[in-house]
Amino acid sequence: MRLAKKHDSSILEGDLTPMIDMTFQLIAFFMVLINFTQSESNDKVQLPDSELAKPPESVLENYRIIHLAEDGTAVMGTKQEHYKGLRTTLDLQYREIQYSGDEPALTTIVIRAHKNAKGGMVQELIQICQEAGFESFALRAEENVNSGFKYISPVPAGG
Amino acid sequence: MKIRNADKAGEKIELQMTPMIDIVFQLLVFFIMTFKIVSMEGDFNIRMPAAAPQAAPPEQMEFPPMKLYLSADADGTLTGIQLNESQPTSFQALNQEIQKLVGTDGGPGARETAEIEIGFDYDLRYEFVIGAVTAVSGTKTTQGDVVKLIEKIRFNTPEAPE
Repeated sequence: MRLAKKHDSSILEGDLTPMIDMTFQLIAFFMVLINFTQSESNDKVQLPDSELAKPPESVLENYRIIHLAEDGTAVMGTKQEHYKGLRTTLDLQYREIQYSGDEPALTTIVIRAHKNAKGGMVQELIQICQEAGFESFALRAEENVNSGFKYISPVPAGG
Repeated sequence: MKIRNADKAGEKIELQMTPMIDIVFQLLVFFIMTFKIVSMEGDFNIRMPAAAPQAAPPEQMEFPPMKLYLSADADGTLTGIQLNESQPTSFQALNQEIQKLVGTDGGPGARETAEIEIGFDYDLRYEFVIGAVTAVSGTKTTQGDVVKLIEKIRFNTPEAPE
């Protein structure tokens, strides 16, 4: 009778190479896609979408971001208050920009308003910023991959 | 001469994989937990000085001044669009109306003087405002290129809610 070849009594080891290959590929994938620009977003704000909202080709140099939630809460930097009380914060920002040698009128106020916020609130917020001395604004929207206009009026054409 | 370790020549050197795999899996878990799919964002630029902007004299204006008003019901849903004297029934119709007014075949700078003032009811939801801004500021060709229409957009002064 022929006996099977007797192995050493050492521990059996699986081949780890494919698993390590895959794991490193996964790590590389997540490292490349990780987004460090979380500071520009706010959990309270869900942006409206637009088919023309494309990421800008040139990065804004001087800008301040105001998040406007559905209930009128505005977040600017570390300050969180109702948008009507934002004037003091804006005045501070204005002086800070002047102190740093930049032109406040050329500083863009990026408004990230919730899609269900009242349009009048955005208008008032712009007015408050104007009173503080800011002139340039950017309304931020989310890129809509499904192109086309969403609103179809219930009113029939010519009606 | 005595050869050192001659008896170990065929021995396999084994690396300790366990600590490396531990760290690698921790890194993997960290990246998976912090991963967030963020959609791309873009801006619509509007320039609004505090002093009411002076309209250019009619002879300098290539296009007539345009006024757009969006009406809303109590829920903030859009109920009507008024562009000068016409009433487009949708943002698509508004976009076509704007294309008729300012044209899409002009060369660079042809539409530089075109200006529009957008007004809307206080309660109108912001998504409709952005929809109107999208409709007046450009259009997408079938190839996916963006043709700009009106670049000078401003909002009227807000009216306090009743």
